[in-house]
Amino acid sequence: MTSLLDKKRIFEYLEKEGKRLDGRKPLDVRKIEFEENISENAEGSVSVKIGETEVYAGVKLSINEPYPDSPDEGSMSVNVELSPMADEDFELGPPKIDAIEMARIVDRGIRESKFIDFKKLCIKEGEKSFTINIDIYAINNEGNLLDACSLAALSALCLAKMPKYNEKEEKIEKEITNKPLPLRRENMPIMVTFYKIGKKFIIDPKRDEEEIADYRLSIAISEEDEEIKINAIQKGREGSISFEEIEEILKKLEEIYRKQYLKIKEKILSYG
Amino acid sequence: MEERKIVVPGEIIVEGESFLPGDFVRKEGNYILANKYGLAEIEGRLVKIIPLSGVYLPRKGNIIIGRVTSINYRGWLIDFDGHYNGFLSLNEVPKFINKGELRDYLDYGEVVYAKIIEVEGSSTELSLKFKGLGKLEGGQLISINSFKVPRLIGKEGSMISLIKELTKTKIIVGQNGVVWVKGEKIEDEIKAKKIIKFIEENSFVSGLTDNVKKFAEKLEEENE
Amino acid sequence: MNKESSYKKRSDGREFNEIRPIKAKVGIVPSADGSALFETGKTRAIAVVRGPRTLHPQHMQDPLKGILRVNYQMMAFSVWDRIKPGISRRSLEINKVIEWALSEIVDLTEFPGSVVDVLIQIPQADAGTRVAGLNAAVMALAQAGVPMKEMLSAVAAGKIDKTLVIDVNKEEEDYEEGEGSTDIPLCFGSFSKKIYLLQLDGKISIENFKEILKMGQKASEKIYKIQVEALKNPGKEVRG
Repeated sequence: MTSLLDKKRIFEYLEKEGKRLDGRKPLDVRKIEFEENISENAEGSVSVKIGETEVYAGVKLSINEPYPDSPDEGSMSVNVELSPMADEDFELGPPKIDAIEMARIVDRGIRESKFIDFKKLCIKEGEKSFTINIDIYAINNEGNLLDACSLAALSALCLAKMPKYNEKEEKIEKEITNKPLPLRRENMPIMVTFYKIGKKFIIDPKRDEEEIADYRLSIAISEEDEEIKINAIQKGREGSISFEEIEEILKKLEEIYRKQYLKIKEKILSYG
Repeated sequence: MEERKIVVPGEIIVEGESFLPGDFVRKEGNYILANKYGLAEIEGRLVKIIPLSGVYLPRKGNIIIGRVTSINYRGWLIDFDGHYNGFLSLNEVPKFINKGELRDYLDYGEVVYAKIIEVEGSSTELSLKFKGLGKLEGGQLISINSFKVPRLIGKEGSMISLIKELTKTKIIVGQNGVVWVKGEKIEDEIKAKKIIKFIEENSFVSGLTDNVKKFAEKLEEENE
Repeated sequence: MNKESSYKKRSDGREFNEIRPIKAKVGIVPSADGSALFETGKTRAIAVVRGPRTLHPQHMQDPLKGILRVNYQMMAFSVWDRIKPGISRRSLEINKVIEWALSEIVDLTEFPGSVVDVLIQIPQADAGTRVAGLNAAVMALAQAGVPMKEMLSAVAAGKIDKTLVIDVNKEEEDYEEGEGSTDIPLCFGSFSKKIYLLQLDGKISIENFKEILKMGQKASEKIYKIQVEALKNPGKEVRG
């Protein structure tokens, strides 16, 4: 638990000096590091670190019957696990709401940007299609797991290769091909989560900053004809947002995207 | 004194009948064995381990810094980074407090400098009825491993005086490893916290005082 | 080597008593009290220790000492056939046998009412995950400063057809010719040389079993050396 004294100092420093206790400016992202292929049994896998925060993600494909409302499409399932491995306050057991919400936010950004070409995942209309399973594990929580999960999911997708499909026996063989997943790489979404602390907005919070924020706003964006399109938004926690605040956040988002995230996006897109 | 070396649990530190087991070691036959990960030290016949890690072990008489995590009608539950919370009873504060007014005196998340007056099983009783104790206001906290507190304080308080001088801050060190730092400027507190962390990480490297001075100079340069 | 055995040469070229290349590192999860990585070949385990800390709910507390709790989990993508997240009967059993081994070496009498949580995750598996997990867990416990009698070093011994081998990989585990494969996860104390974890499934003669225990013990000493080197150089990746 963060003491009241430390909370006050975070507020004060941000308010008076526009700085954070680790020396960063409000919209600075910590160093992001990737380690590719952490499991050779996965179609794609990665470790992503943002500062000291670390998550693992892996992609596995399975064969399922398509959903009745989209008989000619494959599907995707995102699962986030927050165990006490990563944070002393996380508990063992079935996923709690925090993990479920995180998985759903990551899922929506990827789904709505049309990053995955689900039609190309269909094997036999109405009968068989591929499901992309993305499993994400928190390894260490020093804040901003949400954005870390999103980057990890995207990286694992870009790294992944299709498994070999045996058409005669209609099953996946234990072999990975050279073929990447059917991705529309130009549509890749980037998610940035803003946190309101006092009157200021920060991104990439540390654990104690995250703890004291009034609300958070996650926005997943993608580019279409060089124009930024919003694909998913989630306002998290209590607290309410004014119109002016939305405008301020969107302005900052564009700036952050161009100045800090384009090179991260390029890095992820270079996979596969 | 021989050079200290890191030992792991179950490791033979020394062989010989005459050696005596001190902290965190045991004697088995002719061997003195480690019971904990840490630095082995042999001083004359006495063999002991200086731990490098591990949760704080509350001792009667220790003065600690903790945060209020819970309040009931009898007093305050204080988290002091131990394996269990401590309890500060209504009777152990230097002032009469009505039962409905506990939060006015000490609220959730507030920080106290308190003395351990009793340790029994999983219960640790705290008191503020001694000179210099009470609520800490302003400033910020930093936690280090409690076994490194002696290095942070230094001989007769020399190290802590040095940090105060270098950073122009007030510092109180809890024996549980929680340290309170307060400065005129938040920058000074941040600088003090960095130096304290540096000492924790380099506590057993020789020439610590000189290294601390160099580190502080480096911080100064980075700022400019 | 038994001449009648159909398993004459190991698929990865190792000697029969040879362990796979090992990597070990202490201090991989900054927020934990202790953490470690242990890798043998393509089997990788990471372990985190949190505590001693207050155990909730209160009725589970032991008023005389702290308790140790193990949670072992294979990541969904650690093996070819994706593992559905959640508890399996297999993981519950592994939790327990690792918990028994570790509880025997730790001394938590100074921490009544508390719990030490040991979290083990397997990101990539090529057999022997419980022993790799145990090796990582012991390093993490030591780094966390938990009082312990000694270290533990574990190895997956086995018999492939009639050949006794050390550090069995997945391909060997799946061997079906002749007598097939017998798995024998083992764990030894570094000072006492006693056995803290022992399981077996398959078919093996009493004589062979005695022999494999000796081979396992020798291998565990090599593993111990690497664990010690990693603990003496926290933050550094040690190979062996």
